[in-house]
Amino acid sequence: MPANPHNGHTDLGIGLGLRVPHYRHILEKKPVCDWFEIISENFMVDGGRPLEVLDSILEQYRVVQHGVSMYFGNADPLNRDHLKKLKCLVKRTNTPWLSDHLCWGSVDGRCSHDLLPMPYTMSVARHTAGKIRQARDFLEVPICVENVSSYAEFTQNEMTEWEFLNEVVERADCGILLDVNNIYVSSQNHGFDPFEYLRAVPHHRVGQIHIAGHTRLDDVVLDTHDHPVPDPVWDLYAAAIKQSGSTATLLEWDDKIPSFDDVHAEALKANRHLHEHAHV
Amino acid sequence: MTSTLKRSKPTAIFMSMPTSSRLRTNADLRQLQRTMAAALMQPLTRQDGMPASTRVDFITPNDRMSGFERLEIYARQYWFRLLDCLYDDYPALRVFLGERRFHKLCRNYLAQHPSTSWTLRNLGSALPAFITDLKARDVARVEWAQTLAFDEVLKKPLRIDDLLGADPSTLHLGLQPCVVLLQIDHAVDHFITAMKKADADVRGSASQAMSEAPTRAKVAKAPKLKREQVHLVVHRHDNQLYFKRLAPESFAMLTALRDGLTLADAIEFALSQASPDTDWPPQIRDWFTEFSQLGWFTQFPRKS
Repeated sequence: MPANPHNGHTDLGIGLGLRVPHYRHILEKKPVCDWFEIISENFMVDGGRPLEVLDSILEQYRVVQHGVSMYFGNADPLNRDHLKKLKCLVKRTNTPWLSDHLCWGSVDGRCSHDLLPMPYTMSVARHTAGKIRQARDFLEVPICVENVSSYAEFTQNEMTEWEFLNEVVERADCGILLDVNNIYVSSQNHGFDPFEYLRAVPHHRVGQIHIAGHTRLDDVVLDTHDHPVPDPVWDLYAAAIKQSGSTATLLEWDDKIPSFDDVHAEALKANRHLHEHAHV
Repeated sequence: MTSTLKRSKPTAIFMSMPTSSRLRTNADLRQLQRTMAAALMQPLTRQDGMPASTRVDFITPNDRMSGFERLEIYARQYWFRLLDCLYDDYPALRVFLGERRFHKLCRNYLAQHPSTSWTLRNLGSALPAFITDLKARDVARVEWAQTLAFDEVLKKPLRIDDLLGADPSTLHLGLQPCVVLLQIDHAVDHFITAMKKADADVRGSASQAMSEAPTRAKVAKAPKLKREQVHLVVHRHDNQLYFKRLAPESFAMLTALRDGLTLADAIEFALSQASPDTDWPPQIRDWFTEFSQLGWFTQFPRKS
């Protein structure tokens, strides 16, 4: 299970998101870290420091690409300019798989730069799966789609989010980047049992797992990535590992970022669950 | 995030709009996405809320929030994220204008120039042309040039030896895309240097949550922006950004080369207004030596 077609048959362990405040530490100290996840769009540029840093990182570490603007759920077609640049980066990083979100974000050429929730209907699932297949065929790399956190639901929904996720990944025959923090955040905002969601996930398709922290306000839980991983998310993670086996795991910490060592220490807490629950 | 404000129900005019209760086709999906995008991208109210007239009948309420309040989270995220991006890209303009004027400018700009690119890097590209105040426009032009110089491609540079034996009447030289030429009427380079602002950041976040409007430390007191005609090059060397002032003649030569004139024509153009009392040939040799050492010249781009 850990290595499967959806993560390029790799078994990478525990990784960290590559973030600007840690560049100097990583380049100078070369700390031990299983792998780094990069935001693809930050490196889809023609030159300069971003690419120099990336090339230095690639000399030392395995890198996996994670995108935020493929927008499989857009009614509009895939953006060819974006795909071409993305493919150049795929060749540069040799990423074993590539992930992006199960969401939409732009229409008629106007971009929200957000991960907007999908309406959960069969026709939308078919449409979305078709675009994932198109992207994979063009990019020639396995694709994992990530479940997003959400704060709103559409009146047009015909199924649950996990039923929609199943429809999409089965039709696209793609992998899942399972974000257990996102499951938790959405469960709090929409009032469902996160473990019911988890049980419904086709675990043979899980190529990677995300963990992160969030922020609880009076009426809503926001996916802020600015805290340590809270216990309810660790509980979900433990259950996910129990079902999927020892899966490549990535800690996201994007705001109020502490030192590299602190972030890495938080990520390595995943080991206790990997060791306890991995049975594959 | 500040607490969401309770809102009145949508007005009758929007409630009466027909809605597609089922999403059967891609056209239905597009219409839904257009409706939601229109709601998110319309300007926020003065209280950073979504206008009360916004159509929200496609969003389900829950036990704590109305459909309006749930959609408003995304509207606020949209505006705060894009404003935050402009705050990152134009720190000197913010200091020059002051917090209130800068914020108003950004809101007006985004209302007329929503993002049309998958990358936020291009969000502020039209801001300099949007600004009518000449001083502020010069500041914005220099800051946008910094964005270009930061991550435009560095092609294989030509060395001075590569030019030996070439016929100036037919030789075309390209300028590196990360070398930006600016003729400005204010000493923005000195202004920015005085601000001692740090280099541009790479956006590095996968979290999409933007719960608060951009709030930074108080705007520093603006240094004086002096009126002065400056021929400025914003360029990158060893991945650091630099300003370099040029003489009008060398600036004119580079501009002409960039625009496609041959070397001979570029030099003739550059010296057309120059003082006849100056011995120009050694000056020109010095320019080429220096600019070549900086790696500014490259093959002239072929038309595709």
